[in-house]
Amino acid sequence: MLKIENLHAEIDGKEILKGLSLEVNAGEIHAIMGPNGAGKSTLAYVLGGRPGYEVTQGTVTFNGKDLLDMEPHERAALGMFLGFQYPVEIPGVSNVQFLREALNSQRKARGEEPLSGGEFLKLAKEKAGLLKLDMEMLKRNVNVGFSGGEKKRNEMVQMGILDPAFAVLDETDSGLDIDALKVVGEGINAIMRKSDKAVLLITHYQRLLDYVEPDFVHILSAGKIVKTGGADLAKQLEAEGYDEVMAA
Amino acid sequence: MSQQNPTLKDEEWRYADAKALAALSPDTFEAWRDIDVAPGETHRECFVLDAAEPSLTRIRAKVGEGARLELFAVNLGGDYTRMEVITRLETGAHFEFGGVTIGGGDAVREFVTRTTHDEPEATSNQVVRAVHWGEATGNFLGAINVGRGGQRTDAAQDFKALVLEKGAAANAKPELEIFADDVKCAHGAAIGQMDEMARYYMASRGIAPDLAKKLLVRAFIADALAALEDESEAERLLDTALAVLDDAEAMIA
Repeated sequence: MLKIENLHAEIDGKEILKGLSLEVNAGEIHAIMGPNGAGKSTLAYVLGGRPGYEVTQGTVTFNGKDLLDMEPHERAALGMFLGFQYPVEIPGVSNVQFLREALNSQRKARGEEPLSGGEFLKLAKEKAGLLKLDMEMLKRNVNVGFSGGEKKRNEMVQMGILDPAFAVLDETDSGLDIDALKVVGEGINAIMRKSDKAVLLITHYQRLLDYVEPDFVHILSAGKIVKTGGADLAKQLEAEGYDEVMAA
Repeated sequence: MSQQNPTLKDEEWRYADAKALAALSPDTFEAWRDIDVAPGETHRECFVLDAAEPSLTRIRAKVGEGARLELFAVNLGGDYTRMEVITRLETGAHFEFGGVTIGGGDAVREFVTRTTHDEPEATSNQVVRAVHWGEATGNFLGAINVGRGGQRTDAAQDFKALVLEKGAAANAKPELEIFADDVKCAHGAAIGQMDEMARYYMASRGIAPDLAKKLLVRAFIADALAALEDESEAERLLDTALAVLDDAEAMIA
């Protein structure tokens, strides 16, 4: 589904990704762990097409199409979702308006009919319920005045509504309390754990992986994947730390 | 005419378009419209200033005891376009002003207000938003004069400008003159650019850049019309303002 080959990327002339290769197939959940500064968020933003992140070498294909050749909104319409580490506040635009515009933009790009206001609200209510986010919050401005945990749950509500084929979740677990972590973990499973979908889960901690069990765990260090294993690798990291595991 | 046309040396005209001022007929400067709001009454009026030629809209208002004057304007003129409102508030009166300047080209579009609180307990609230591109300029010059009798005045002014392109500009000139000691006068001015992170966030959810820009600009200028209770009229003004952006979209994408 997603195939990354020898990816090199830089920000402001500084190379962050230095030859990263990774293949994710439908039905799989991959976790990427790694020390601070390894390039985890850079990988997420490169996949999401954030301006300023320049790919200097390598290829990324998504369902056979050249992902890097597409604008961010085109990637979204094709089924790519980026869960932000720091979700952005948009004063003056309500969540409901934002998401309806987003969903209908995607549907239009795919040649589908737009959802009516009523149909959209029904869908939004269902997904908000799944993530235990008060429907009232969806009527408020996008992320404005939301706590860290509410912003992260809102990201997952958005993912539920947009129903992507592939999700890159950048530290979705950071800022969540224990209960919220469980809700978000179960939300990810409910929305994305399907045979035609895949997830790239970027995280620092084993905790989220207790709820969302990965099929593969990769260690990213200095811009490359240096070790790949199963769910056990994350547990080993938690117990022993990066230095020890990477040296082994 | 006995008087000469104003020039940029005149404080209230300092950001105006000098060439347009010189070219306007002297009569234009004398063309004041008077609005007299009787005690206890409310007068609400909306303006779309869209002349292709240089134009002035000059209003002198007296707002009687306990009365309200509510003016809302979208200034999208094709050349120098100025709206001026001089308001005198009697006891307990209220002046509400919402203004939007929007557009490209090289036009100067401005609101100039002078609000006098000489009597007690009058309130005023002014919200102006400017969105410009090309080499256009948006201005807000707002004077508030609180005389000795203007105790318990509550006056607020809020100006924000969004400059979409290098070359466009905005000027803010709040001017408070206060001779009473028990008053609240708030003013704020900010000039900035489009929030690119918000735009990227929207794109990451599938919203194309031009639609994202439109949604953000709409949210930005909606502040100026938030106090307009007639929702359909507020929508009409918003749509009128946003249509300018649509027309220009191809040029500033």
